[in-house]
Parts: sequence; structure tokens; C-alpha cells
Amino acid sequence: MRIFSVLLKKEFKLISRNRVILIISTLAPILQFLILPMVASYEFKNINLAIIDHDHSSWSSRLINKIKGSGYFIISGYENNFSEALIRMEKNEADVILQIPPGFEKNLVREKEQNLLVAINAINGTKAAIGGNYLGDIIKRFNKELTVEAMPVQGAVISRPNSIPLHRFNPNYNYRMTLVPGILCILVTMIGGFMASLNIVEEKEKGTIEQINVSPISKVAFILSKLIPFLIISNFIFSVGLILTKVIYGIGLQGDLITLYVAINIYILSVLGLGLLISTFANNQYQAIFIMYFLIMIFMLMSGLFTPVESMPDWARFMVHFIPLYYMIDVIRLIMLKGSGLIHILPQLSMMALLAVGLILLAMLNYRKTT
Amino acid sequence: MKILFGFIRKEIYHVLRDKWVLLILIFMPIIQILLFGFALSNEVKNNPIAVFDASKDSYSRQLTDKINASRYFDLYANVSSQSEIEELFKSGKIKVALCIPPRFGEAFEGSAPLQPQIILDATDLNISNQINQFLQNIIQSFIKQKKPEVRPTYSIIPEVRMMYNPQLKGAPNFVPGVMAMIMLLVCVLMTSVAIVKEKETGTMEVLLVSPMRPSIIIISKAIPYFILSVINYFIILAMNKYLLDVPVKGSLLLLTAVSFIFILTSLFLGILISHTSQTQQEAMFKSLIGMMLPTVLLSGFMFPIENMPLPLQFLSNIIPSRWYYSIIKNVMIQGSGLEIIWRQFAILGVMCLVLFIASIKKFKVRLE
Repeated sequence: MRIFSVLLKKEFKLISRNRVILIISTLAPILQFLILPMVASYEFKNINLAIIDHDHSSWSSRLINKIKGSGYFIISGYENNFSEALIRMEKNEADVILQIPPGFEKNLVREKEQNLLVAINAINGTKAAIGGNYLGDIIKRFNKELTVEAMPVQGAVISRPNSIPLHRFNPNYNYRMTLVPGILCILVTMIGGFMASLNIVEEKEKGTIEQINVSPISKVAFILSKLIPFLIISNFIFSVGLILTKVIYGIGLQGDLITLYVAINIYILSVLGLGLLISTFANNQYQAIFIMYFLIMIFMLMSGLFTPVESMPDWARFMVHFIPLYYMIDVIRLIMLKGSGLIHILPQLSMMALLAVGLILLAMLNYRKTT
Repeated sequence: MKILFGFIRKEIYHVLRDKWVLLILIFMPIIQILLFGFALSNEVKNNPIAVFDASKDSYSRQLTDKINASRYFDLYANVSSQSEIEELFKSGKIKVALCIPPRFGEAFEGSAPLQPQIILDATDLNISNQINQFLQNIIQSFIKQKKPEVRPTYSIIPEVRMMYNPQLKGAPNFVPGVMAMIMLLVCVLMTSVAIVKEKETGTMEVLLVSPMRPSIIIISKAIPYFILSVINYFIILAMNKYLLDVPVKGSLLLLTAVSFIFILTSLFLGILISHTSQTQQEAMFKSLIGMMLPTVLLSGFMFPIENMPLPLQFLSNIIPSRWYYSIIKNVMIQGSGLEIIWRQFAILGVMCLVLFIASIKKFKVRLE
């Protein structure tokens, strides 16, 4: 026990001496947490629309006014033909092109039916889907309006309203909700992961590991003494983030604080375990950081925070089960935003615990005192 | 000139000697681009749904089947109370629930069919809005099919054409984005350690007393990594074409020229970080903790830049990968030429130049 406390003291001293690292790894995440979640305002309001009006009739201008008035679109320009509009799209000045054919109003009156060309830049699927939906809705409403004008009695029957959906767990329509808890987890992951992955290998590089190897310090004590300081730093960053979540983003904690801390600590242990495991494998810091960077990048993009896991192919959906961050993103959203209790998140929690124990054990096994 | 070549050779040996790092540097981008290219997509499909069917007649069952058959939904459970729905939401099992009111089928005999109630998990509004749209469409078309309504007298039918990506695949958006992100981070990380490592091992002194000018030292430091990145770039292009089905539609020459500039920009940025650091750890932390998330979030491929608040839009301008992503998207997917992308290209060029000059100016010829 005495050895352990001395070891722990050594680790704390080492960390506190390295001022620059300490500053970077506490200030940088907090600063980023203050700024980055704002990127998620996915409510598309500024969709650029290029219009080609070959008809110039009263109905075509009424339709255009409806689109203008919807608040979703910005008319980026009126073009003479499709190829001109396409150039605008290539320059990213138009996301959607609306082409109204000649004789639009006349045909509509005579044939009762008229096609319109809507071309959407579909490279970003979400944007394409949302933009197309908005425009479709506006056109549908315009159809009804014209019908009601022509035949008030029958028209009233067809304007059957859709049911209004119930939005649960997010009464204020806060778009930040999606990202805030997730980004907090990623920041904690980066700090803990990078620090842990560099730690043992740094002692290898400097040669101080030899002194540990010849001392009576047990493997378990050695690894634990490495874990605890990082656990404390990660908890500190998480706690600051939790306060900022409430103060800056107005997202209160719906669930139980203790459950949340239990979950995040299990998670941090799994990340630290991974970091230390890499650290025992690597020969120098350069190798360690590249491997950790590689894995954290995969964790981050496959965790389901940015793109839904349900949309991934089967092999990828299988793969995410080995990613601790996948469980943590789920768990923090459940506890923080939906007020889930321990009983709801038990499956995720036990998977994370399994990964944490496995990784830490591997790190202990892989750390050899003989070279 | 001879000194320069000798110097470059020394740097190349450095890189080649660490076989592990070399392996990682070559295979890491390959694995990442394949993984993300295949796995990431913005499409919202297979959403787990719970149905609370209070009607239990043939109509409600048909509606449930129709929803389950759609690619957007997977029926997770048929439940028999509101509280069960709540539990499923709280354990994260479902994203949406549908309550079909009692006597749903009977109402089709009357004048107005009943509307089922949709309950959305709105914590991710972007996704829940799309789920709502898909579910509404299924329900409305079901109601229309069972009880044809009076046709509107006038119908304008939008004929929708999805440009550049007709199947709405994820790859055309994510491949350029991931490419820009990976190349930037790997390049910065590689060179950020380069100079500080010499400081740490003490060989910096030897460099400083040599007759080499700072610009030569920096260029020779950058060259091996430049070669490595160019190899990576071509491997990535080949994989994009043959595995991910995202070939270069525009000019390969143009794309390559832009990529060279982008690689240099990133390498110089790394060297600049190296100058301002005292230890390798410091340099690595600055380039990863400082840059990883901003690069992912502010490049524009995850979240469209024009939707961000103004200060963030402004901030995104200084991220090199934002411009590079925009160029690859244009040249690779849309097939645009120089006349469309010259502005972004020029910005990248200026960034490259500024970073190069800064990294020479910051080079301290004396040890502190």
C-alpha cells in the first residue's frame, strides 16, 4: 500500500510538472466545448434556390412568392435556362433549382395537371431530403389553395389535416441537444486516451521504466497508479462540461447524477485501459499517438453521434459493439436528456464494463518487467 | 545543392527506419477511408419503431405491416400501453412510436378516417424531423389508398431530380470529407514532431551549427512526408474509384495539383506547431487535441457551413480542410473545372505560402 501511494505521488508530480500539457489538455477541451456544439443547427433555413421561370404568369409568380414567404429558401437568382442554373449549382450558389415550364398556368387550367422540374444537389443527402420535402410541402399547399379557390365546397373536404406529432424529451426544439452530450464524451475520450497512450511509452523512451522494472512494484500497482491520475483529470473535465451544459446550452440533467458519474467512470476506464494497452505495445510515443489517433477517429465517426448507426451496413453495425464510445453516447443521451435510470441502461453499462475490464487486464498482462 | 540532397536522405532514413510507423502511416488512411466510405451515410433508415395498436382490426394491422415493410422502419415491438412506450424510449430501444386509436378501421366507413398519433424522440431533431416526414407519408398514402379522397382539381407535380448523387448514397459526400480530414490530420501530426524531436534528442544543436539555412532545413524535413502523403493520396484515389465507386469526374491533373498544395499546407502547419513546442508530447497534443474535432466539425462535410452561426462560419474559414473539401467535392463529384474552384484554390495557395513563411520566421537559430 505504501509503495502504491508513493507511485501515485510520483505520477501526480510528473503530471503537474508538465504545465503546458496540463494547460492544453484542460483548456483546449473546455474552449472547444464552448464553441463546437453550435455547428449543429440543422434546421435548414438558408437553402439557396435558383428559379427558371419560363412562364411569367400570375400563377407562377404566386408560387414563387409562396416559396419566398416560407422562410426556408433564399432566392439566389433568376436564370434564363437550365444550364445557367446548373453553373450556379456547381459554384455552390444554388442548392435547388426550380424550373417552371412555358405555358405552366395555361396547361394547369386546361389539363388540370402540370409538371415542374425540381433539381436538387444531392451530394449531401440530408440537405437534399430536407430541401426537397420543404419544396414539396409548399407545392402541395399551393395545389390545395388553387383547388379551394376554384371549388370552395369540394376543396374544403380534401384539406384533411395531418396529425400533429408529439415531440418528446425536447420541448424547446433545441438543436444543440444532439451534439452537446456527445461532444463532451469525445473530449473526455481524447484527453484520457491520448494521455494514457503516451504515458508508459514515455517512460520507455526516457529509460525510467528500467527503474520500475527492477523495483518490487507489482504490475497491478504500476498500472493502477497510471490510471488514477487520468481518471481524476477526465472527471474534472467532464464535471466542468456538465456545468457548462446547463449554464451555456440550457440542457438540464433529466436523470440521476450518480448514475451518470458511474457510467462515465466505467467509460473512462475503458478508454484509459485502451490507452495503456497501446502504451505497453508501442516502442515510442510517435507510434503510440498514431495508433490512438487512428482508433479515436474510428470511435468518433462510428459511434452514432454524427450519423445514425441504423443506416450503416450490417458489418459496421456489428463492429460498433466493440466501440465503448457507442455505448457511452447512447447512455449519456438517455440519462441526460430522457431521464433514464440505472435499470434502463444496464445492458449498455455492462458491455462498457466488460470492455473496460478486458482492456485493463490486457494492459496489465502485456506490461512485462523483462525486456 | 549536394548538402540539400544529403539532408533529404537523412530525413528519409529517419522515416524509413521506424517500420511500424511507416506501416501505420500507409495503412491507416486506407483503412479509415474504406471504413468511413462504406459505413457513413446521412440516410435515416431502419428506425426502430413501437406500435401501440388500440384498434386491432384488419386496417390497423395492414398499416403496421406497411410501416414494417418500408426501408425506413423496423418494427421493434407491438406494445399495449403508453407506459411501455415510455420504457422503450428510456432504454433507447426505439426512436419513434405510433399510437393507432381505437376503432381505426371503423372510421374508414365514416366521413373522416382517424389519424394515428406519432410520438417522436426529439432529442435528435434533425433525425426525428425526417422520421416524422417518412411516417406521415406512409400513413397518408395508406389512408388515401383505403379511402380515396376527392382529387384536387389542380395538381402541380414536382418532378424531382437528384443531381450528382441520384441514389443518395453516403459516399459522394463522405469520401471527399474524410479524405480532407485524414490528410490534414496525418500530415500535421507527422511534421509537428519533426523539429521538436531533434530538440528532445539534442541533435538540434548539430543542425544549428551547420551551414544550412532554415528554409532548407524545413524543406528537407517536409520532403519525405510529402512523398509519403502523395503515395497515400494516389492509393486513396484508386480505392475511391475501384472500391467505393467514387471516381474523379473532373480533371485528375487539377485535383492532383490542388492536393499537392493542400498536403504542403498541412505539412507546414505541422512544422509551425513543432516550432512552438518544447516536447514531442506538447506538439502531438496541440495537433490532435487542438485540431481533431474542429477539423471534423468545421470542414462542412458533417454539418453544412451555411447553417452554422456566423462566428463559426467565420472560424471555419481558417481551417484548410474546409477549402480542400469544397474543391474535391467540386472536381471529383461534380466534375467542375478551374473556373469554378479558382477562388478556393487561391485561398489554399495563400495559406500554404503564409504557413511556409511563418515556419521559416519562427525557426529559432539559437537554442534557448
